Amino acid sequence: MLVDFFLHLKARQLPVSTNELLALLEALQARLVSGSLDDFYLLARALLVKDEALYDRFDRAFGEYFKGIEALPGFDAMVPEEWLELAARRHLSEADRARLQKLGYEKVFEQLKERLAEQKERHAGGNKWIGTAGTSPFGHGGYNPEGVRIGGESVGNRTAIKVWEQREFRNLDDSLELGVRNIKVALRRLRRFARQGAATELDLDGTIAGTARNGGWLDLQLRPERHNAIKVLLFLDIGGSMDDHIQACEELFSAARAELKHLEHFYFHNCVYEGVWKDNRRRHGEKLSTWDVIHTYGPDYKLVFVGDASMSPYEVARPGGSVEHWNEEAGAVWLERLLNTWSRAVWLNPLPEAHWGYTPSITMIRQLLGERMFPLTIDGLERAMRSLAK
Amino acid sequence: MKFEGTESYVATCDLTLAVNAAIALQRPLLIKGEPGTGKTLLAEEVARALNMPLFQWHIKSTTKAQQGLYEYDAVSRLRDSQLGDPRVEDISHYIGHGVLWQAFECDEPSVVLIDEIDKADIEFPNDLLRELDRMEFHCYELHRTIKAKHRPLIIITSNNEKELPDAFLRRCFFHYIKFPDKETMQRIVGVHFPVLKHDLLKEALEVFFDLREVPGLKKKPSTSELIDWLKLLLAEDIPPEALRAKEAKDAIPPLHGALLKNEQDVHLFERLAFMAHRKS
Repeated sequence: MLVDFFLHLKARQLPVSTNELLALLEALQARLVSGSLDDFYLLARALLVKDEALYDRFDRAFGEYFKGIEALPGFDAMVPEEWLELAARRHLSEADRARLQKLGYEKVFEQLKERLAEQKERHAGGNKWIGTAGTSPFGHGGYNPEGVRIGGESVGNRTAIKVWEQREFRNLDDSLELGVRNIKVALRRLRRFARQGAATELDLDGTIAGTARNGGWLDLQLRPERHNAIKVLLFLDIGGSMDDHIQACEELFSAARAELKHLEHFYFHNCVYEGVWKDNRRRHGEKLSTWDVIHTYGPDYKLVFVGDASMSPYEVARPGGSVEHWNEEAGAVWLERLLNTWSRAVWLNPLPEAHWGYTPSITMIRQLLGERMFPLTIDGLERAMRSLAK
Repeated sequence: MKFEGTESYVATCDLTLAVNAAIALQRPLLIKGEPGTGKTLLAEEVARALNMPLFQWHIKSTTKAQQGLYEYDAVSRLRDSQLGDPRVEDISHYIGHGVLWQAFECDEPSVVLIDEIDKADIEFPNDLLRELDRMEFHCYELHRTIKAKHRPLIIITSNNEKELPDAFLRRCFFHYIKFPDKETMQRIVGVHFPVLKHDLLKEALEVFFDLREVPGLKKKPSTSELIDWLKLLLAEDIPPEALRAKEAKDAIPPLHGALLKNEQDVHLFERLAFMAHRKS
């Protein structure tokens, strides 16, 4: 029986290995838990799942597998609570259940959204609206094979069954959100250690070799400590359509500041032209000439742009295309100058990768960068760092 | 031999189950969770409850796996050889025993804490695979294999700063200490402050959980910070009414410095409080 369970977990893309199944069987043989399903759930989770980001996936898989035993409802969504006061439970016969049509999850969610838009009042019974004790796929206390459970008190006691039903680890799943910490870990891919500066660390191998050469007299050798020697220029798009992505950019910036010792940042709007600025409050007063930037920092710097690259195509292609001022030369010319100075460059885009194709300016900038544009997600960041480290 | 929590440490049933599984099957136990939920404390409490000696190994960014096994002190030996010390003949004088060596040679079953394993280099866990699996390692200088007399219970904590390699994870049991709910929190506080006034506790917990709900906080206050804050409240003899005065003009809880550790958070909170006050 457990082999089926194991294969079910595997099919739900939980990374479980045979060793762990054997450990679980061993634990059961050692009578670590009594016969209760709750204890088995906790034990299986401790032995099979090794990352809290996978807890949610495990809860769902576990629920699915043991549905026959406990007849678990589906999962939660956010709905005003007053609709969901528990009314009487309606008892369904087997034939009734069979009659209920099975909807796919996507379809269920789509319908849920529509119903939410339509429905304004509390509803109980019936088979279409969200409410309690009906056979609609939405609400709770009723029955539908693919139902979406919405709110409702956990019935009576707080057993572990309710834990996998509540899916309280949902927030930890896959960490799609960028946290400062996640970004830091991704940025660490950029580390390149080098020994520079004052010699303060004892070089043991050097000392032994030196002493041997010295005919046995101690010859101490010192060397500088290892530091991260990577240098980065960060160009941040600011204002306009970037306002939606302030938090992601803030997090990226604070992580980069902590992780990279040699970091210089500059702001631009939509596209880089002849001037950039370091302090957004004084952007009109203290503009730096982009030529100065190009001449100041050596070719060992790596170039990172952060921006949504969403603008009118003229802003990239034509002189005078900028929305803010008259630019003598086109944005594309300036971008190429920067890319010629620093050959290792990436563009991080906070928009989802799937939407890039719909904005012509994104395509143009991607071409300018030789396809080195990456989404501002953990995965995208890792790919970008790998591309920079090449 | 079963761990049930102690009088000074509240362990939820899922945590005790994970610990007992690790004891029974003699596998390392990996513990993760928000900072301040008592990960490190767990090892100390398990050792105390089961009456076993505890060996602690605190990991830093410069820690090498070898240091947990043994270290060969070449420099002292070099110095002694220059001074003609007779000890130089025997290399074992210069082998310093690491935490795992001490635990392996211990005459009774012991608990080993490997604290904050994610602080070390990415390769660190891989270097310990065989040692944790077989509970033995080879000392090249002495030509000797050190084998554990009793397999110690190994508790590893991580703050998730680095991902741990798969091969390492496969060998461990895993438990994520989630943030305690109100009931568990009441038990935890009860363990630390047995004579706390009931209404003060109630108000304090309310303020605390409200504070955790404030959106946009850079660091949410944790259990250990709650305990510190309660200590301060007691020391300053703050009456429960002061905490209840939510609508009043001082909407910022007294002594909030113990809960909020970041000037941006304090600032954000003050602004929210100001806005709430203006609305009312």
